[in-house]
Amino acid sequence: MAETADASAAVGGAGLSARQVQIRSIIQAAGMLPVLVLLCIGFHYLTGGRFFTPQNISIVAQQASINTVLASGMTFVILTGGIDLSVGSILAISAMVALLASLVPAVGLIGVPAGLLTGLLFGGANGALIAFANLPPFIVTLGSLTAVRGLARLVGNDTTIFNPDLPFAFIGNGSLPLAVISIPWLVVIAALVIVISWFILRRTVLGTWIYAVGGNPAAARLSGIKVWAVLLFVYAASGLMAGLGGVMAAARLFAANGLQLGQAYELDAIAAVILGGTSFVGGIGSIWGTLIGALIIAALTNGLVLLGVSDIWQFIIKGLVIIGAVGLDRFRLQGGART
Amino acid sequence: MSGHPEALRAENIVKRFGQVTALEGVSISMRQGEILGILGDNGAGKSTLMKIITGFQPPTSGRLIIGGQEVALRSVDHARELGIECVYQDLALVGGLSIYHNLFLNREITYKGPFRLLNNEAMRQAAIERLGEIGVNIPSVDLEVERLSGGQRQAIAVARAVGGASRILLLDEPLAAMGAREAGAIIDLILRLKQRGDLAIAMIMHNYAQTLDIADRIILMQRGRITYEKESAATSVQELMDIVRREYRAMRAA
Repeated sequence: MAETADASAAVGGAGLSARQVQIRSIIQAAGMLPVLVLLCIGFHYLTGGRFFTPQNISIVAQQASINTVLASGMTFVILTGGIDLSVGSILAISAMVALLASLVPAVGLIGVPAGLLTGLLFGGANGALIAFANLPPFIVTLGSLTAVRGLARLVGNDTTIFNPDLPFAFIGNGSLPLAVISIPWLVVIAALVIVISWFILRRTVLGTWIYAVGGNPAAARLSGIKVWAVLLFVYAASGLMAGLGGVMAAARLFAANGLQLGQAYELDAIAAVILGGTSFVGGIGSIWGTLIGALIIAALTNGLVLLGVSDIWQFIIKGLVIIGAVGLDRFRLQGGART
Repeated sequence: MSGHPEALRAENIVKRFGQVTALEGVSISMRQGEILGILGDNGAGKSTLMKIITGFQPPTSGRLIIGGQEVALRSVDHARELGIECVYQDLALVGGLSIYHNLFLNREITYKGPFRLLNNEAMRQAAIERLGEIGVNIPSVDLEVERLSGGQRQAIAVARAVGGASRILLLDEPLAAMGAREAGAIIDLILRLKQRGDLAIAMIMHNYAQTLDIADRIILMQRGRITYEKESAATSVQELMDIVRREYRAMRAA
């Protein structure tokens, strides 16, 4: 039984001083940061110094922003031991709704709340099916991946929706001026999402419950935690983040297409979370890891483009790096109790 | 032991799951400052009885009297408000959370306000104090539980259960799969808790010798009934073994 495994796996911690514990947790928190740093330095030299320019860093950050937002929602979900395959489709329909609403004369700004609400709604539907009907998350979100994609095409009659006078275009193209530099709004939003996610996970009771539900569902139930409420929250949050991603994408492009927008975004989001060291079975992980994971993916894409690598090879290399990085992470953590 | 005030009494508890009857009219009594040992085979109904007393599931029929008052437990939270705590066999700890977060799982200390913000510093301090009080030595309460040994985890789970205003403590196989030294430490811990005098303790056990050593009174459950009850001083491992042997021989003959 579980007890047997527990007792025989009595490792680490027991004989450690408080200081050693601290050092270990710092190493753990640093996670994949060394990989990101090495990757950036490598690209900088390989591209003859074209990577670390203010302009290119800004591009990388913007490219990472939407995926960071999606991956934050995905972190909540994966921490509970679930998965959300529908974020790409929800992003698409949210972008469509945001653009359609923005075409309403005079009150085009309602496109933003409309997009967010759309995401929240579909995320909430996922959550309700998983929490109340007790269906497996993989199945539910696989279903909504397909169904919501269809709806995204339906709301725009399977055409591309344009709005050249988008009232909230500044979100995708403007910057927040701060002293000597100005930070793109996309990046500001992604940073805010990360900080808020960190706050929820580490400073609120809800955050503790999210870890508990993923780490030991039986323990969560036995201690009286409302597991259904936690599940409903994480999928609704993931949907809301997909809605926000939709608004960001719409603002960037002035357009949305229900068929093409957000295709396979869920895979990049999941990759960022896993690269960030969050356990796929739930209960272990951090939002900082997810941020680093999203930056690794963006840096990789950007660096390979700068090097002029064909996009066929980009796919192959990105896939291998994800597997390699996670393998390295496991190897590094073998000294700890992590399995 | 009858001099001690009664903390909990269960009368004629019946529990059916569809066609299956897990408990067929079980009555037990738990007293303050007393340890009750519950023995029995797998499927005898020990865990079901425990789940009813902790409010995890309601009985099909029967009465629960807690502190002199008859109550119908609505939930685990409700039972906990009445001072009933349980340490489950799988300990119900969350590996990825720190010791102090586990000690306060679903009883988090929060700042005032609508958002239920964690007061981590208060929880950390309270955790250190509580572990010190019951004599559990852990290098740091910041450690994640997954880094602890089996015995340490058991101690943390017990510490969580006896915190606050608990008056009735249920332990499900507290010594399961533990080495001699670790089991010794946990036994010491349980006996220290008994010394407090205000706690009624019930343990589900498998090992007869250990049970006779620790418990004041022993009940034996078989097929959903209590078939034997005695003060530990008045019985022996031999007597218990004989009863169980008779039982399984009868089952084989049938």
